[in-house]
Amino acid sequence: MALKGNLRDFTLLQLFNLVNLAVKTGSLIVETADDKAQLAFRVGKLAYASLEKDDSSLAGILMRGNKINASQYRIIRERGTQIADQELGLLMINAGYFSQDDILSMLHDYYIGVVHKLFAWMEGSFYFDENQTTPEGRIPVRIDLENLIIDATRMTYEREMLEDEIPSLDMAVKFSDRPGANLEKIRLNPEEWKVVNYVNPKNTLRQISRTLHLSEMEIRRIIYALLQAGIVELIRPAGIPIAVSVGSQTTPAPVVLKPQLSLVNRIINRIRSL
Amino acid sequence: MQNVKMVVTGPFNSGKTEFIHTVSEIDVVSTEKKISGADEKSVKDTTTVAMDFGRITVDENLVLYLFGTPGQKRFDFMWEILSEGMLGFIVMIDSTRPETFREARGILETFRAYAPTPYIVAANKQDCPDAWDPSDMRHVLRLDTGVKILPCVATDRARVKNVLLELLYSILEEMGSSKQ
Repeated sequence: MALKGNLRDFTLLQLFNLVNLAVKTGSLIVETADDKAQLAFRVGKLAYASLEKDDSSLAGILMRGNKINASQYRIIRERGTQIADQELGLLMINAGYFSQDDILSMLHDYYIGVVHKLFAWMEGSFYFDENQTTPEGRIPVRIDLENLIIDATRMTYEREMLEDEIPSLDMAVKFSDRPGANLEKIRLNPEEWKVVNYVNPKNTLRQISRTLHLSEMEIRRIIYALLQAGIVELIRPAGIPIAVSVGSQTTPAPVVLKPQLSLVNRIINRIRSL
Repeated sequence: MQNVKMVVTGPFNSGKTEFIHTVSEIDVVSTEKKISGADEKSVKDTTTVAMDFGRITVDENLVLYLFGTPGQKRFDFMWEILSEGMLGFIVMIDSTRPETFREARGILETFRAYAPTPYIVAANKQDCPDAWDPSDMRHVLRLDTGVKILPCVATDRARVKNVLLELLYSILEEMGSSKQ
């Protein structure tokens, strides 16, 4: 039976809830215009995760984790067609480079990282294939979904909060008028400095994010931090709607009419005879 | 003559009108109007704006009326009026449109607040290849194990009868438990 849709309508958080509660086994494939992800589950636990644009092989994961260098990675990749991840893992454990726990821990962190990236995807078609499991040769792990669901809930909350604070990326920012403030003394990380370089009332946040290849979430997070520090101010162009809170509707006192047993039985007999 | 009613509710285009049409002994008294919104128009051409109204004569002294609620949110002022005095209600959900599941959950909770009568969920369009499995829908809708979710095809008389009967059995169970 189909389990498919679009993340725009049915979020990854809802899908994780479903897999967790229904103790599902199979693979969730999520596809966007830019990338494609596969998440494999076994009896309601995450077993494997990969992104098409990443090298999700063990060698790729080891290199990204600085456990092997580029030339070692290249050598492994050259032999890659013959060596499956499971085989490579065993070779490395037997050669004493890593313990089994090291490898499983690296895979665990990588798979969780993929899931966290996916939680930022707001759109993308998905389907769940019950017949597809961890790809052959790849190493499965066993990750409880509860913590990932809690992480995703926090991220959703953060995203909603950021969207409230910065409702549109078509807004711009300008430096606050704070005489005496010295920007050079403020400790910013490299991404924040890059954004600061583009602070100009002429640049919309969307333009800045595109130029710096930042996701909507990343640019919102950085701008929010700069706003909180009082470094920049949002400039609202005309036409951006201001959020209006809607009061909760009051529900009337329930009206319940007690039906009679014989009446219900008469209806049942009639419906049966239709 | 005694009249009783059941309400068929659910999101826009979930199959409520079709459901009533399938078992009603009269042509459904429908209040369908041409759709003006472009998004909704892409799904179907007309929609129910006040209610649909079907009838099943039980015997010479008793008539069962089936009321279908308008699915579009902007007509939800009708829901409370329609829910008054109902025996029970059916929440109709299009199994092929997961984007409507959350709305369906909201409608279900609203109707429960109006009147805590028995209800069941009908997972409609189960004949379509993209239909979600009712057991998956149960998890997504966070339905208690005691709440029935039944596969349904609103154009199939036997399936529609089964949904109505299951709601009536739930009403009987409720009456039995409230007597104890």
